[in-house]
Amino acid sequence: MTKIDKRFLSGNEAVAEGVRLCRPQVIAAYPITPQTTLVEKLSEFVADKEFPCEYMLVESEHSAMAATMGASMMGVRTFTATSSQGLLYMCEMLNFVSGSRFPVVMVNANRSTATPWNIFGDHRDAMAMRDSGWIQLYTESGQESMDTVIQAYRIAEDPRILTPVMVNLDGFSLTHTYDLVEVPDQEVVDRFLPAYQTDNKLDLKNPKSQCISIGPDFHTEIRLQQQDAMDMAKKVIADVDAQFGKEFGRSYGGLVQEYRCDDADYVLVVLGSVAGVARTVVDELRKQGEKVGVIRVRSLRPFPNEYFASLKNRFKALGVLDRNLSFGNQGGVYTETKAALFTPGNMIQTLNFIAGLGGRDITKVNIAEMFSKLKAVSEGEAENEMQFIGLRWS
Amino acid sequence: MKPQVNQAFKLPTNQSELSLGSSCVAGILTAVNAGWRTFKPVIDQDKCIRCLLCWVYCPEGVIGKENEKLEIDYDYCKGCGICAHECPQKAIDMVREAVK
Repeated sequence: MTKIDKRFLSGNEAVAEGVRLCRPQVIAAYPITPQTTLVEKLSEFVADKEFPCEYMLVESEHSAMAATMGASMMGVRTFTATSSQGLLYMCEMLNFVSGSRFPVVMVNANRSTATPWNIFGDHRDAMAMRDSGWIQLYTESGQESMDTVIQAYRIAEDPRILTPVMVNLDGFSLTHTYDLVEVPDQEVVDRFLPAYQTDNKLDLKNPKSQCISIGPDFHTEIRLQQQDAMDMAKKVIADVDAQFGKEFGRSYGGLVQEYRCDDADYVLVVLGSVAGVARTVVDELRKQGEKVGVIRVRSLRPFPNEYFASLKNRFKALGVLDRNLSFGNQGGVYTETKAALFTPGNMIQTLNFIAGLGGRDITKVNIAEMFSKLKAVSEGEAENEMQFIGLRWS
Repeated sequence: MKPQVNQAFKLPTNQSELSLGSSCVAGILTAVNAGWRTFKPVIDQDKCIRCLLCWVYCPEGVIGKENEKLEIDYDYCKGCGICAHECPQKAIDMVREAVK
């Protein structure tokens, strides 16, 4: 029996261990709070020759993604990480990487975007990059973050997918909080994640042009190819998570993870680390006889449309907690969830809760308030469709 | 020496024949590219003194000096007229293309 290696690690350290186990051959990164301790740890690993890797200290996030793409173009496994302003600065290159179908894996430490300047967690950064063609996964714990990085390479490098993956961790509440994390053996990870092999690379024996221009005559078909890969990713994300479960004993529900939803009347849809608080509140409310549950969306891209479309009238009311807001409309997860629910026969009432912006805590009281509003709206009380929860004053 | 147009090249006819993303096989010519031209340069070989200034200035590299007479590759000439402008002998005329 193999020894179980459990360590007390921060979210960033857990990710670094996960990246180490995946053995990327090139890492190009630029430090930014709250991602810094992650890339610091990785540079230590490379300096200590924990695994053979070229660590490129670049001058910006735009360059980080460009260098990562260049390395991926040579057919090697690559990694980078960023956050907030850095992610926005990468925007152009994100689209290059996804359009060129390079399976780069990146960790994004979710953080608000300036201004007002703010280093704390919310999802405005990743939400702004929703249409960049990247798969976006959101994690809840240090353990899941490590495991999802390992899964991310399997998903990205699948020949049917060949699409980059952004693994999102909540800034500070995940990146900087410590937890007991099980670090798997290298041999087990190697078995789960074989070396990356691809024909989509620069090769003197098989010369190719990369990042070419494609005009109106073939452009739509190339975009269809990307969409087909994303559709296939829905299956692959679920399959990889299930296979990971068999190999490592941990899995996370694939695209979405339900908690006590089977007989629920009111459910709350969340992304990321707030799921833990939400589950605690669900347990407390269940003791008081309220039938409540939590749906954690793990994959924002591809979005689990089919799952939400299948809900029909399973619940009386469904709330979406957004740690982001598209000014002039509503929360990003809400608009997509509502669109997916819009099917013949759907009777579920919906509300959108905006909370946790710029790192404000989302408390148990806040979550309980959301459930009580869902109950109220399903009983015919008037509620504004979108509401800010936890405002300083009302 | 320019590569020849690869006559065997076929554009994809269905989704599965597309190359992956924004990549394609490199190092082959799939088509000529002369459709931009309104005027075409014509060398008067009697006036030409083979000073090669046109060869130097041609931005497309379509003037060939391999043979005794300078030759313009009309498959790729864009008709910009720089050769005619630079020719000290006024040996190059810009002749309007026939309307197709």
